[in-house]
Amino acid sequence: MTDRRVGILALQGDFALHQAAFERLGVRVALVKEPEALERLDRLVIPGGEATTMQLLIDKFGFRQPLIDFGNQRPVWGTCAGLILLAGEVVDSLMNPLGLIDIRVERNAYGSQINSFIETGTVSFGKQEQPLEMVFIRAPKILDYSDKVVPLGMLGSNVTVAKQDNILVSTFHPELTDRTTLHEYFLKM
Amino acid sequence: MFKDSDWKLKVGLAEMLKGGVIMDVTTPEHAKIAEDAGAVAVMALERVPADIRKDGGVARMASVEIIAKIRETVSIPVMAKCRIGHFAEAQVLQELEVDYIDESEVLTPADEEFHVDKWEYKVPFVCGCRNLGEALRRISEGAAMIRTKGEAGSGNIVEAVRHIRLVMSRIRSLQGMNPEEIRTEAQEMRAPIEIVEETARLGKLPVPNFAAGGIATPADASLMMQLGAESVFVGSGIFKSSDPPKRAKAIVEATTRFADPRAVLDATRPLGEAMAGLDIKDIPEDKLFQTR
Repeated sequence: MTDRRVGILALQGDFALHQAAFERLGVRVALVKEPEALERLDRLVIPGGEATTMQLLIDKFGFRQPLIDFGNQRPVWGTCAGLILLAGEVVDSLMNPLGLIDIRVERNAYGSQINSFIETGTVSFGKQEQPLEMVFIRAPKILDYSDKVVPLGMLGSNVTVAKQDNILVSTFHPELTDRTTLHEYFLKM
Repeated sequence: MFKDSDWKLKVGLAEMLKGGVIMDVTTPEHAKIAEDAGAVAVMALERVPADIRKDGGVARMASVEIIAKIRETVSIPVMAKCRIGHFAEAQVLQELEVDYIDESEVLTPADEEFHVDKWEYKVPFVCGCRNLGEALRRISEGAAMIRTKGEAGSGNIVEAVRHIRLVMSRIRSLQGMNPEEIRTEAQEMRAPIEIVEETARLGKLPVPNFAAGGIATPADASLMMQLGAESVFVGSGIFKSSDPPKRAKAIVEATTRFADPRAVLDATRPLGEAMAGLDIKDIPEDKLFQTR
């Protein structure tokens, strides 16, 4: 499990919690602060944080094209703000996302922090459906998705985990829980 | 109490703000400038600390209209300050649905004995500290984020440095202590033993630990991050400088790449004048915010 070369984009946000989750699985990760570091990686996580801040830093430090090129070839997983950055379209004039997965997204779709919540949804990876604790913090919603996108996780009628080829997204924060279900799934993608 | 879902959500939002800059703003226009410059959140207040210091008088929670307008203007989290112990201001801020409340020594304290019982709220709180004992007492009252107090509105980083160094070195010494020593330490700090034990076990505060109080330059932000802060608050440092949008961006960049001197240099190059600073010795004892 040691030679997977997993990176976490570490410009802003909760990258250290993703790092801890992978380390619990015995996987060492690299924190990515420069575009050049992407060349040494097999897969990348874009963590939670503030999407507007991360977008600004992505553009400022020359990450935009390298991230698009990376996502066209290798697995990338975005959680919360990371999902917003990977989306095809965001209902927000401030956002110019990377367009790596064919979803339309609304930011802060549940409202302000007092509307943040934790609930048990379901995920299924081809086999049986299983319950999963989902932590939503000022979370986005997937409003629409094309037929290229496969829903993998649900909370009620909302898609909370989705995949298109090598791109995985989740609207919630698995890194804030003890369960590493999605981290394990991502490592096998 | 540190296991329930409300606590996880409160600390969770603070986790999302790590590696970022939270900027003091007094108007929706300033909030927009902050968001465009890459702030992870804005802090709404009536006057920036440098003006509170200059003008004197009682400093209260910001006007609710201004806070509401700031919420409409930006998409990033909106925080607001309430006076220490003023739980009715805190209740109003929760009704307004701000994302975080700062029970702040920068405003005029409303209660000289009690802090707000922060467990009663769904909105998370951040509180200031000068040392580890103060940090752990605030956490025991329910604060889900801690920041150094520094000396707000001074443009002088010396107090924030003192406070973060005191917190970090005390945590390191806790790590070497046996159970009896930890018990005595908890008594001396007047902090619950469970929180002291947890801090010793983690080797860090059980909640995110940010820096505030005197940050005026990109290098100030880098300094605080290198000393162990996980994000920075900038109060007067941005909107009291000669070119707020540029300075705001520069501090954001320096905070992200705080450990890379070349990046901090690049961020520092295009800047105008920093805010004017004060020697702490020139501030009369009774005008210090940090002792509140």
